[in-house]
Amino acid sequence: MSAAWRARAALAALLAPALLWLGALILLPHVELAVLSLRERIGPQQYAASLSQYKTFFTEPLYWHIFVRTALVSCVATLFTFLATFPIAWIIAKALRGRAGALLFIVCLVPFWVSETVRTLGWMILLRESGVLPSLLVKLGITQVPVEMLYHDATILLGLVYTNMLFMLVPLVSSLESLDDALIEAAYDLGASGWSILRTIVIPHAAPGITAGAIIVFMLTLGNYLTPALLGGKNSEWFTEQIYTQFITRFNWEQGAAFGFLLLGLSTIMVMIGLRLSGQRFGDVMRRT
Amino acid sequence: MIPSLPRPAWLRGATACYLAAFLVFLFLPLVVVGVFAFNDAPYPAPPWHGFTLDWFRGNEAAGRTGLFQDEELLGSIWTSFEVAVWVTLLSVAVGTTNAFLLERFRFRGQQLLSVLILVPLVIPGVILGISILAFASRLAGLAENWFGWEAEFLRPGLPLVVLGQFSFMATIATLTISARLRRFDRTLEEAALNLGASRAAVFRTILVPYLAPALVGSAAICFIMSFADFNTTLMLVGADAPLTVMMYGRMREGASPVLNAVSLFLMVASALLALSLLRLSQKRNDVSAPPAA
Amino acid sequence: MSADLFAREVLKRFGAHTAVDSLSFSVERGSFFSILGPSGCGKTTLLRMIAGFLAPDSGDISIGGRSMVGVAPNRRPVNMVFQQLALFPMMSVGENVAYGLARRGVARAERERKAQAMLERVGLANAARKRVDELSGGQRQRVAIARSLVLEPTLLLLDEPLGALDLKLREHMKIELKQLQAAFGTTFVYITHDQSEALVLSDHVGVMNQGRFEQLGTPQELYYQPQTPFVAGFVGANNRIVGRVELLDGDIATVATDQGWQVHGRRHGALSVGDAVEAFARPESCLLGRQSAELPAGLPAHVGIVQSLLFDGANSAVLLEEERTRREFRIALPQTGQFADLKPGEMIRFGFDPQRAAVFPARPGAAGQAG
Repeated sequence: MSAAWRARAALAALLAPALLWLGALILLPHVELAVLSLRERIGPQQYAASLSQYKTFFTEPLYWHIFVRTALVSCVATLFTFLATFPIAWIIAKALRGRAGALLFIVCLVPFWVSETVRTLGWMILLRESGVLPSLLVKLGITQVPVEMLYHDATILLGLVYTNMLFMLVPLVSSLESLDDALIEAAYDLGASGWSILRTIVIPHAAPGITAGAIIVFMLTLGNYLTPALLGGKNSEWFTEQIYTQFITRFNWEQGAAFGFLLLGLSTIMVMIGLRLSGQRFGDVMRRT
Repeated sequence: MIPSLPRPAWLRGATACYLAAFLVFLFLPLVVVGVFAFNDAPYPAPPWHGFTLDWFRGNEAAGRTGLFQDEELLGSIWTSFEVAVWVTLLSVAVGTTNAFLLERFRFRGQQLLSVLILVPLVIPGVILGISILAFASRLAGLAENWFGWEAEFLRPGLPLVVLGQFSFMATIATLTISARLRRFDRTLEEAALNLGASRAAVFRTILVPYLAPALVGSAAICFIMSFADFNTTLMLVGADAPLTVMMYGRMREGASPVLNAVSLFLMVASALLALSLLRLSQKRNDVSAPPAA
Repeated sequence: MSADLFAREVLKRFGAHTAVDSLSFSVERGSFFSILGPSGCGKTTLLRMIAGFLAPDSGDISIGGRSMVGVAPNRRPVNMVFQQLALFPMMSVGENVAYGLARRGVARAERERKAQAMLERVGLANAARKRVDELSGGQRQRVAIARSLVLEPTLLLLDEPLGALDLKLREHMKIELKQLQAAFGTTFVYITHDQSEALVLSDHVGVMNQGRFEQLGTPQELYYQPQTPFVAGFVGANNRIVGRVELLDGDIATVATDQGWQVHGRRHGALSVGDAVEAFARPESCLLGRQSAELPAGLPAHVGIVQSLLFDGANSAVLLEEERTRREFRIALPQTGQFADLKPGEMIRFGFDPQRAAVFPARPGAAGQAG
């Protein structure tokens, strides 16, 4: 009897911080955000329920354009991140393995102990007109005058791929490590070529890891602010900047909140599609990363 | 393909080339940042003008304000440090209670709760920031209207930055700690009880030492990520800017090698932290090396 | 007789399943008591109730004369060696051994001295500073025992501690366990599903089946005078023949199988002609002969066809089939090397002393092949 009471008390004591955290910092703030996004200022200190914030978004081509662009670039960045890291994950998990593989893995993780700000600073020094790469190109005689390599869409893409690679690499390596070599050997023994082994054995086995990585990378890319702002400059046209502008610069919280929800909706839909395509559950995917 | 299968020479060559190119891609930005911290020129750009320590030690008299003289930068490092300490303490504490909640109890709604706990990770940081900002300002408004109470800590500033970062780092700590707790062999607890240990002694002498690698690891992750966080912080920051926000502002204004200097300082500090963690985990001879940040 | 462990009508149910069924027994001070039974017989449940990790639904367990009802596991004068040993990986060997002393508030110097002395007694004088994973399987075993014995418990419980070891080490540890118990004089309660461990180690063995003791006795009694067909079949190797009583003559019953093969054995329990029975004859109580004359006069003789020779050193046996009924029968080969040249297909005569075979009333649902 008292043991059961003690167990209940312990449960309550452990539930309290979890509920306080999720309630006060996640649920209620989003409720507040939803309320904000669904009202309109009709006078000083006077508001009315309205869908006008969302209407603005759909009627103003600029916002639309930036929204779609952000989504598309994020998709492309996710694909490139996968293509860039998969060979490395393979080398770590299968080609080198053991101590050498573990060492390479650690080496690949090192840059991500440093903040994104520092890494972006590095790219700016490398790519700006007076930077390292343009002057190198001049020296090599490839270009006559230094070219500005910052503020292009390709630059933004490069920065986004670079900054989120880790979140693809980790789940890829762990899913490839769990692939039994004997399966590959068996496929080879049964006459499969390298390409068909990759397609029929490796990719299906690594699919959960690929999904996990893709979901995280996509989400982080979509929500990134720093990299597009610094590498893209004024041309970056990234949706998070619109949110920042509305919220902080223009102090138009209603509009900003609506934009926030649109971004959240986009991110959620893409995550759902990813899960549906790979037939996985949300919790399992998150625990992989 | 795997080493046990024959690989054509061109494939081996291509693999090696790709690996080399990838490593260059990975480290080039960091190397460049480090090198130009020592260039004797007012801009972090080629050509090389010779070695100098001005960007660390210089003062206004020399016309170059080095890192160690730059009150503003030093202040922002301290601000980041304070924020990181708070975020780490909160996250590890709540991560630990959550881990026990998920692994040691069975209750209605547990499944739902375990999914909810993951949600903060898939909400973009910017949105976490604005939602907390809006909610806090609503609370502040209510406090003022109802009680005439000036709730300063609910206005943009460091307390909100701490809460904003904590809101998603608690998830990371929860995942790390509960993963280790799940692998715990509960007969160890029974063995300790059997040898006369009280519940409290079992917790102190068996569970805490067992969880220690995960606690230390998640603390390190939280600390580093807090130092590096930008998205959430930017939305909640007040007058005192943490380092990332300060650096961002200066990077937009224009380049100065003092930013390279502070970056190098960050790199060295995180490398030292990473190394000491590695040493610690090797000493424990435990496979629970902290996962990457 | 002083009992260190006394169980009275101990009952434990899990839902509809009765794991331990009104069990009563006592264990004498300083003795080695084994509970032997197949997996799922309830022996682990019984052990966990003695240790205090489970509470009986009814009945009483007393240890050292004190009732343990409502006493928490950490307040019982009982220590346990766990199946997987449960040594603390985050502590050194010495800290493991001193753990219980530390919980009792023994001063550091004193507990280090005691732990060291205990490690010396189990032959691990230099191990105190080592990590647990630096030890071999047998050494870990000794640490687990030392960790418990240093607390001088009234009762030491051992939960199949040899199960995880390989065969050779297991044989070795059996002897070591027996010597340790003799040296310390602590009462050991040992559970196992391995009949050889129970027979070699114990002063008394309780053979457990479906939550009850089938028989409680010395190893010799279990082996030579099994009281139930389960014990006859579970303890030691045995040939089992299922049939009906055809004739009763004093304490000897004549049993005929369905196909009409007749065997003879001592009757146990109330039997009358026509009853379904199980007869058991041990492989080593059977004799072989190439001619009838080689078997002792008066011994009922049977004819068998050699199926295969099972060479296993001193435990070699021949597997044969009774000529007419094709019933499989196992007979130990004599140590003299005689009959080592038997060939499959060869006809051979065999017989066994009816006094050394046992006939029991058949258990419900026990018809079928010999076990």
